[in-house]
Amino acid sequence: MQQTKHILVIGNGMVGHHFVEQLRAKDPQANITVLCGEVRLAYDRVHLSGYFSGTSAEQLALTTEEAYQAANIQYRLNCWVEQIDRDQQLVITRQGGQFYYDKLVLATGSYAFVPPIPGNEQPHCLVYRTLQDLDAIAQSAAQSKVGVVIGGGLLGLEAANALKQLGLQTHVVEFAPQLMAVQLDQAGGQMLSQKITELGVQVHTGKATQAIVAGAECRYQLQFADGESLETDLVLFSAGIRPYDQLARSCGLAVGDRGGIVVNDQCQTSDPHIYAIGECALWQQKIFGLVAPGYQMARVVVSQLTAGGLSFTGADMSTKLKLLGVEVGSIGDAHARTPGALSYVFTDPRAQVYKKMVVSKDGKRLLGAVLVGDTSNYDSLLQYALNDMLLPKQPEQLILPAASGAAVAALTLPNSATICSCHNVAKGDIVAAMDSGCCDLASIKSCTKASTGCGGCTALLKSVVDDELKSRGVEVKNHLCEHFAYSRQELLHLVQVGGIKTFAELLSRHGQGLGCDICKPTVGSILASSWNDYVLKKPHVGLQDTNDTFLANMQKDGSYSVVPRIAGGEITAEKLLVIGQVALDFNLYTKITGGQRIDLFGARLEQLPAIWQRLVDAGFETGHAYGKSLRTVKSCVGSTWCRYGVQDSVGQAIAIENRYKGLRAPHKIKMAVSGCTRECAEAQSKDIGIIATENGWNLYVCGNGGMRPRHADLFATDLDTDTLIRYIDRILMFYIKTADRLQRTSVWLEKLDGGLEYLRQVIIDDQLGIAQELENQMAALVNTYACEWQATLDDPQALKRFRQFVNSPQPDPNIVFVEERAQIRPATAEEKRRWQQQIPVTQLSTSELPATALVEEK
Amino acid sequence: MAWTDICAYEDLVENSGICALFNGCQVAVFLLQQQGRQELYAIGNYDPVGGANVLSRGIVGSVGEQIVVASPLYKQHFNLSTGQCLEQPEVVLPVYAVKLQHGRVWLHAQQQKQQASAA
Repeated sequence: MQQTKHILVIGNGMVGHHFVEQLRAKDPQANITVLCGEVRLAYDRVHLSGYFSGTSAEQLALTTEEAYQAANIQYRLNCWVEQIDRDQQLVITRQGGQFYYDKLVLATGSYAFVPPIPGNEQPHCLVYRTLQDLDAIAQSAAQSKVGVVIGGGLLGLEAANALKQLGLQTHVVEFAPQLMAVQLDQAGGQMLSQKITELGVQVHTGKATQAIVAGAECRYQLQFADGESLETDLVLFSAGIRPYDQLARSCGLAVGDRGGIVVNDQCQTSDPHIYAIGECALWQQKIFGLVAPGYQMARVVVSQLTAGGLSFTGADMSTKLKLLGVEVGSIGDAHARTPGALSYVFTDPRAQVYKKMVVSKDGKRLLGAVLVGDTSNYDSLLQYALNDMLLPKQPEQLILPAASGAAVAALTLPNSATICSCHNVAKGDIVAAMDSGCCDLASIKSCTKASTGCGGCTALLKSVVDDELKSRGVEVKNHLCEHFAYSRQELLHLVQVGGIKTFAELLSRHGQGLGCDICKPTVGSILASSWNDYVLKKPHVGLQDTNDTFLANMQKDGSYSVVPRIAGGEITAEKLLVIGQVALDFNLYTKITGGQRIDLFGARLEQLPAIWQRLVDAGFETGHAYGKSLRTVKSCVGSTWCRYGVQDSVGQAIAIENRYKGLRAPHKIKMAVSGCTRECAEAQSKDIGIIATENGWNLYVCGNGGMRPRHADLFATDLDTDTLIRYIDRILMFYIKTADRLQRTSVWLEKLDGGLEYLRQVIIDDQLGIAQELENQMAALVNTYACEWQATLDDPQALKRFRQFVNSPQPDPNIVFVEERAQIRPATAEEKRRWQQQIPVTQLSTSELPATALVEEK
Repeated sequence: MAWTDICAYEDLVENSGICALFNGCQVAVFLLQQQGRQELYAIGNYDPVGGANVLSRGIVGSVGEQIVVASPLYKQHFNLSTGQCLEQPEVVLPVYAVKLQHGRVWLHAQQQKQQASAA
């Protein structure tokens, strides 16, 4: 048995602490002493700027004194080492303390470099490195209005974020012609400048500061080499770091020409009893200023001290972070310096996104990447680079928008792929943790430490875990809610197979509790899709969202909007007049919708039946703008009028809208028909899009506009009208039967195993043998269509609900309108308050609530 | 204060709500009728989160053991017995006593349930 050695560690930054933690884990007996220069033990320097946005020093702490005591680790705080006596293997502190060592680990880190600018020693010229520095910055900021950061690198921008959070007017001054010159190329740097400027931080690049003198309006003035100047109250230097290597120098250890303690692959210095790790260590002429390589060095030394064989082989310097709220990522050879390297560049000037991908000459390997404004591709790209994976045939797909299909699948990653670089966790480690019984994200995180460092790999870790669970056949729960342990699709099967006609029956047979606002509308929709009962029939009425209950769209003040169906957007002058007259008579606000129809706003609950009586009498039907159902079929004017049209798109749109109107589905459905390839109806952004050709119709499916746009997929070409309708029948019914609650067709297709090709097999080739059944079910729904407003007007029981009060004919006094641009709009809370102060509410009869009351008051 | 006759039992809607004007206040009255149980609840109709008189038009149901209504505006859940908002517990609606007698629905201003707001 070896005698217990004394391990002495100088420095307790993130890397020094990681070393102590790892060593204690590997060797419970080791005799460990830590000498820490700061007044507190290790804290998280990566998220330092959080200190100014509410994160306390305690929250930033990586450990506590109690934890060190419990782990039997000796430590001294505020303890500066004066001298290392290598002959006696002895360390002497400033206070005169003496510590003998068998092995010494230098984790002294680095200090902020202050450029030798005359005037840099003044009181409000500070650095950004430690919590003590941050306290000094906060004190200075309290007496300042303007702050300048000198240095536009990664740390400089972090520092600028800190100044901005302290409420200072913030500038960044950078000597190089661009920001983050190490990690980004020129175009990426420019995009970053632009975004940061818009966030209110002024960027000055290509500026060499020559002197800091007294200012005229502010405390100081920076004088630049080009003759210009900048006034500021506070100067923060963040122009790079320098390794703390004085101790090593003075005891004769080898150091680099430009600083840094020279280490070999074992992180040993020129004295075999002394190691150096982290930012003070120089390996192959390189200093690593990130935490992940420092952690790696710590693990190497732990391995050396515990008879393991790890060695340091360099580190990946790729980074992904958020600077001032802007996402920035840099991978490998960002500047395309590898001979023969090729670059793909994608720029979106509107969203201000810049992406560059550097690939090898043969286009097969990823060498590097730059991402500004959107780092969602970072994890995939990093995996390609780190694992030397073969790129897809069209590598540009990896950075183009909506390229979700091309993202690296977690299942295809090799076990050696690094998932978490902070804690060096490979996919194999995660799989092993799952083998040993961890089966959820939280336990895998605490077991492997993956994703507990910078957190950048969170999404990737989740997809690795999910895929692994799936491949093990572990069921990923997709229960609708606490009342039903089934997915929407399973409930639909239960309803149809069991012939279940009401929610109460479904709940008593297959659920528990009373139901809720998630399962009730879902089941209401399933029942409507299955049996097409009138949705306001007694057992169904309580299932509907308020919009379905009152067949109108509730607005923010509790009033409703009314949308009559205008199939294909075609409307006669007579009908236009009716809508106009109804709007005038009921004082409604009118607006043209994106779906080529007219929305009437400001209808009170009790007005809805009278409004609809007028509309129905004039031949209108409900437009289902309130339902999870077919909304509109938009069309261009087509071959009837247009010089370019090749088919009658309006006629087709009207026929299709009338076929599918009222169809209840998991979510709303939008369609469009264009009369030629110019695509004026924008059919390729719709759930079902139809574009006329010389020979018939091209069918596009599963497009989407809105929040998450998706270009529709071309499903079939040159169809005749019968085939077209048959395919749409089948697709819609298949969607209704298999989609999740509130899942649009775009997401449904993306989640469908086998995707578009599988959908073709089901719909066109009838591989499941269900095509006829789907068509029959659709035919049943089409044949039982009835206008819900007509049915409601015919039903006195249903009409009873259309009043604000069960015991009074009054309208809701809280619904108040004012006039704007010659129409009504809801009064703001402030307007209502002012108005109510003048006239006591209790004295109001509702007829005293003219829409113009507030206008006159103004 | 006495009980006030609000409406006929037939005016209620099964497993849904109606709104009554009671002492100048808007009160949402719900009838829960499911699996053999029949219960009446009454809370304020004003949704302070959405700022509109709409709670009688929400969907009723249960969250765990609590009987709730979901606001049709932003879907917060309010406990029908205590008036407390599940998502924002500091928001508590007035609760009223409600009963069924001789085929009529009666409301009564109820103060003792206010203690829920202190919790």
